[in-house]
Amino acid sequence: MTNQTSSTHGPSSEAPLIVEMRGIVKKFPGVLANDHVNFELKRGEIHGLLGENGAGKSTLMNVLAGLYRQEAGTILVNGEPKVFSSPRDAINAGIGMVHQHFMLVPSQTVTENILLGLDDPRFFLRLPDYDTKIAELGERFGLKVDPRAKVWQLSVGEQQRVEILKMLYRGVNVLIMDEPTAVLAPQEIEGLFVTLRAMIAQGKSVIFISHKLQEVSVIADRVSVLRRGVATASGIASKGVSRQELARLMVGRDVIFSLDKKPSQPGEVVLDVRDIYAENDKGLPALRGISLNVRAGEIVGVAGVAGNGQSELSQVISGMRECKQGHVTLAGDTVSNRTTLFGIQHGMAYVPEDRTHVGSAPNLSITDNVIMKKYRTAPILKRGLLDMKAATSLANELKQAYDIIVPNVSTPVRLLSGGNLQRVILAREISGLPAFMVAVQPTRGLDVGAIEGVHRLLLAQREAGAAVLLVSEELEELLSLSDRVYVIYEGRIMGEVKVGGGEPDESLIDTIGQMMTGTPLEQIQKEGVAAHD
Amino acid sequence: MTESTAVQKKRASFRIRIEPRLSEPPKWYPVAVSFGAIIVALILGGVLISFAGGDPIRSYQHIAKASFGDTGVLSDTIVKATPIILAALACSVAFRMKLWNIGAEGQFIMGAFGASAIVLAPVLPAGTSRWIFIPVMMVAGMAAGAIWGFIPGYLKAKFNVNEIISTLMLNYVAVAWVNFWIFGVWTEGGFQMSPKFPNEAWLPRLLEFAKTFPALRGLTTHLGLVIGIVAAIILWFIIFRSRWGYEIRLIGDNPHAAKYAGINITRNVIWVMMLSGALAGLGGMSEVSGVVHRLQTAPIAAGYGFTGIIVAWLAKLNPLVIIVASILFGALILAGREIQPSGVPKMIQGIILVCLIASDFLLRYRIVLDRGEE
Repeated sequence: MTNQTSSTHGPSSEAPLIVEMRGIVKKFPGVLANDHVNFELKRGEIHGLLGENGAGKSTLMNVLAGLYRQEAGTILVNGEPKVFSSPRDAINAGIGMVHQHFMLVPSQTVTENILLGLDDPRFFLRLPDYDTKIAELGERFGLKVDPRAKVWQLSVGEQQRVEILKMLYRGVNVLIMDEPTAVLAPQEIEGLFVTLRAMIAQGKSVIFISHKLQEVSVIADRVSVLRRGVATASGIASKGVSRQELARLMVGRDVIFSLDKKPSQPGEVVLDVRDIYAENDKGLPALRGISLNVRAGEIVGVAGVAGNGQSELSQVISGMRECKQGHVTLAGDTVSNRTTLFGIQHGMAYVPEDRTHVGSAPNLSITDNVIMKKYRTAPILKRGLLDMKAATSLANELKQAYDIIVPNVSTPVRLLSGGNLQRVILAREISGLPAFMVAVQPTRGLDVGAIEGVHRLLLAQREAGAAVLLVSEELEELLSLSDRVYVIYEGRIMGEVKVGGGEPDESLIDTIGQMMTGTPLEQIQKEGVAAHD
Repeated sequence: MTESTAVQKKRASFRIRIEPRLSEPPKWYPVAVSFGAIIVALILGGVLISFAGGDPIRSYQHIAKASFGDTGVLSDTIVKATPIILAALACSVAFRMKLWNIGAEGQFIMGAFGASAIVLAPVLPAGTSRWIFIPVMMVAGMAAGAIWGFIPGYLKAKFNVNEIISTLMLNYVAVAWVNFWIFGVWTEGGFQMSPKFPNEAWLPRLLEFAKTFPALRGLTTHLGLVIGIVAAIILWFIIFRSRWGYEIRLIGDNPHAAKYAGINITRNVIWVMMLSGALAGLGGMSEVSGVVHRLQTAPIAAGYGFTGIIVAWLAKLNPLVIIVASILFGALILAGREIQPSGVPKMIQGIILVCLIASDFLLRYRIVLDRGEE
């Protein structure tokens, strides 16, 4: 209660405050998501809102956008107290939010999507008029998108632009962006930043929610940090604060950015992928001739923007997807187009992309989830029956060893946080002492502390002599963990680069970035001969 | 807080909010909620009875007496509950894997047919020892039910045929099939029923022991109850302690995770449908051999398979709870007829059901009372 409520909110030095949130409290069952949070947004600034997953940043912004209603606290817009009972109220007050998951109708055009839900074209819809209107609006803010295109034809980056246009068209002055870069390629992120800067130049304000320190320190003018529902920093200038300091504000302790990584000593080829072709769920080609290999004792990264065949690749390797052509061998045994069980029995571990829908059974207990690959053999299976005592003690051991924070192991895993669930999955996969492990986006959605834990576990695997294939969209993660990185684009490998220890250099990141958007390595090297040495 | 409520007293503004539960409620909570739901249902039913011109208290007393009042009616309640136990077990095992087998009715009927065929074909001559007759009939009943479960299971597994449709349709086929045999082949002098079974093909009943224990006179509770309870216990072990049961639970909760764990879902669909059919078939055998004593459509196809669906859900698919829920349903069916052949008792049954199902909401959500601060 005494939490800074008495602190002075003196009018700011230069720009006036457009939004002011005072003492916001929002509770969820068992969680205090926002504990008397104060937040101030100045006109014409990009305000970074940092915090780990579950820190309460989306909650706070959902309150501002009218999706949630706070239990206590007030919202002032341009100095006037406002009560939002729906997103429409917030939009009328000039506040709009672009969510992480887009809310667009794929079969309709950009214009139709933007007009959806508005009263303006009451009955007769003369689309061409609106098309030009929207094209002009896009022009103004550097949001290039064809108003007549159907949404399903657009890339993820373009769809995001449509979402932003939707808000601009509704005349919002404050745009809240929830983790906007999660789905974008490096070049697209640049484009987004250009747009955001164009918006503030025209007097709009932006709240940029992220858990990526680097982006926030690049784009934001000021930063607020939330930790466990409490604001640990409110509106500090991003210029005057180091990344380490921000990280400390987020997690409350120092995070080690450079991992202890011993030089690699690669052994035999464990996984060999030879020229494989596969289709995605819609029956369209997803993999078009992929070849790669992973040796014992090394981590090999697969970089790429989401949806370029990474999921399908990991599924073919693990035996969950049909391989149309080519084959995958694991220590000499063919594993492609065999049962998943074959891979499991031959020492393959798989950390799937989708923790909740593939990697775990949400309503079953932690115990039931950790025996998923062990229930067929002793000590869990005894005389055809499951030995629940043995299973429970295994679960308790793993809970201890992997720092899974729950009162007891009979808790259904659906109640676990993302980081804890990922630890359950990793515990299960690693405790099988795999010869090969494929991990897809193992740190997606996890907070800084949890990410570090996952990274240590992966490196421990490498040191134990396992071959690890790491599929990730986080370039930093790939570069700090991998010994080699393949870059995938539209189901093809664009090239392979070696990653030395230490700080990754800019040209390497640039090369990978270019490959991620479809330029093969040979071409880059040919063009780059003159420029680089 | 206190001062603000004092000020607001006259407006008494508060809001009711509903929030999803993020943690498991304590163990006693679901039980308490279920009891609460039944009490609410009885109150609502009481209102209904008084609207219909009856005295609710006296009606309920009568219902209680008519189903649990003395050993005689208690025995009748249990006789009604027995087929429901087995049918509900059948449904529960399929539902646990999210296989919507609504064909327990047909599998039940086929089980009755399979068991009857042993007597009527005849496979075993009359006069064979009861200790041979009954086990053979049980096996035959389970086999016939399992075949009736295998058909939709196979179609589901191989061709992804919707099991809801196929099991539902097979119910009608089962009735027609039995009708063919009792109208044409095994007819009792042109009536639509088979001849009565010889005593060796009857499940032992309590009244048989009335000579030594006079208290058992007239009690028709038969061995089917024991069969049902044993089946429930075995099923509990299969589901919660066996390797197969683990696979069933995993597939039921998340088929993608099951596939990821290397489980063959196709094969399990067929096996589980067969197990489900076999349990329903055993129920049919128990009914034909324990109560009806002849093959006849009307008393066999009395909707036990459909009641089983409801009971399985009320028991949250737990085999042991199914026994209790079945007895409650047996009582409702029996006592309902005491008050009125149809009408009010059916409505009360319906109200109890709706209340129990609706109370599930309280397990997943919390209701929070906000004292308004504005």
